[in-house]
Amino acid sequence: MNRSSMWEAVGGIVRRDLLSAMRRRSDAAMSVFFLVIVVSLFPLGVGPEPAVLRTIGPGVLWVAALLACLLSLARVFTADYVDGTLEQMVLVPQPLAVLVVGKVFAHWVISGLPIVLLSPLLGLQFGLSGESLGVLVMSLLLGTPTLSMIGTIGAALVLGVRGSGLLVALLVLPLYVPVLIFGAGAVTSSMAGIGGEANLSLLGACLVLSLFLAPWATAAALRIALE
Amino acid sequence: MRVNWSKYSAPMAFYPLAGRLIPWFSVVAVALMGVGLYMGFFVAPTDFQQGESYRIIFVHVPAAWMSMFLYVVMAVWAGIGLGLNARLSFMMAQAIAPTGAMFTFLALLTGAMWGKPTWGAWWVWDARLTSELILLFQYAGVMLLRTSIEDLRRADRSSAVFSLVGVVNVPIIYFSVKWWNTLHQGASISMTTGSKMAATMLTAMLVMTVAFWLYSIAVILARVRCIMVERESLPVWDEKPAVIQEVVEAR
Amino acid sequence: MQWGSASEFFAMGGYGLYVWTSFVATALCMVWEVLALWRRRASVRAEQRAALLGDTDETTA
Repeated sequence: MNRSSMWEAVGGIVRRDLLSAMRRRSDAAMSVFFLVIVVSLFPLGVGPEPAVLRTIGPGVLWVAALLACLLSLARVFTADYVDGTLEQMVLVPQPLAVLVVGKVFAHWVISGLPIVLLSPLLGLQFGLSGESLGVLVMSLLLGTPTLSMIGTIGAALVLGVRGSGLLVALLVLPLYVPVLIFGAGAVTSSMAGIGGEANLSLLGACLVLSLFLAPWATAAALRIALE
Repeated sequence: MRVNWSKYSAPMAFYPLAGRLIPWFSVVAVALMGVGLYMGFFVAPTDFQQGESYRIIFVHVPAAWMSMFLYVVMAVWAGIGLGLNARLSFMMAQAIAPTGAMFTFLALLTGAMWGKPTWGAWWVWDARLTSELILLFQYAGVMLLRTSIEDLRRADRSSAVFSLVGVVNVPIIYFSVKWWNTLHQGASISMTTGSKMAATMLTAMLVMTVAFWLYSIAVILARVRCIMVERESLPVWDEKPAVIQEVVEAR
Repeated sequence: MQWGSASEFFAMGGYGLYVWTSFVATALCMVWEVLALWRRRASVRAEQRAALLGDTDETTA
């Protein structure tokens, strides 16, 4: 099979998804707005005391990012499922797993990257500063693609199922836990002075692992859903 | 005498085999539970540090182990089903999930019961209990995925994929929560008994574990028989002669 | 035999509530599971019987 045609196919998918997202800017905007709102809820619930906010900051920011990723999963396959493109993707000679990587990458650029870019501002709201803000951004940069990769497995499993919103959350959240632990842990260790490298390395390992394993699971789930 | 095992991969052949096995497993399971409980309460001595409350381990640890074993076995059947496209494998996976979930729930409940007198809290975020909690969510996911999807074939295969993904997740969760416990050094609590366990304690625990295993096999075989009849809609396979007579006369 | 009396046995050194809740809950869950399966089997067989008897008016393929 032609190597270049595979990359062409992936590139085509990425380009198409990014273009359609740019036309409907609401997708990226929704992730961002959701993140900001959820993050703002915590001080309102917990109180504005800076020491408390600094303690819960990493966890809150990470949980909010995780939930934003979760919600964005509803959109990753639906458009293609509805207009039949997904069935085409299953039928072309290029390996479905590779095409999935392309789809997930585009989805991350639309829904995950804005979270990464916005995070320093939100970190400031919680009293994070300097190095820990950098670690926060790095952790989200490594973590959100992982969350997207893992999440698309769930999205593919529940394609077209009634009540899939809650179901996908139940399926995917247990899988998100390690990424959350390492991600928030990186920022917490950095704030504690230990440095976030260990956790960031573990996050990197999760990313690599998910990059190799998740697309296969997603491809299998897509085939099952489309039979 | 060579046994042709592959013939049992057909539901029609497996059904009566399972039916014959259930009584044996049940009886031995009950007997072993009796032995285990006797040993646990009347032979094993009082623990030096924890007093009598440690005796909860005689159900907590077997339940926790069963919850993990059964999940792996379920994932194995799921994998076989996906690989060989075998209905019976999917039915076995379907039969295992509820029992596994029950043991996970019991592991959590008894864990809380043990934690309260030992550590003063109903819940501790140690690696084992937290992994059990995530495991419960994964069992719930497997079962809900099945009930939410109407098409039987898709339900089988989707929950199979999710079981396999979950089986990879469990060790990762365990490691990450252990890591997380060391990170937040305040709560380095462990649910083990700490000091070496007396031989009688260990034996009683193992006896109970085997008993739980046999109980699970009996219950799962009984459930898979129900599933087989519900799904395959084949006529009754082991009705008593009087009923068959009744049916024949009605025709 | 390490228990002085039955009441000592039930008290479990003061931890009776926790120990007995654990064991009773385990027993109840197992009994419930077995009973539920028994009921399931009975209803499945009843349905099968009804289907068979109801089918007698139609020719079976």
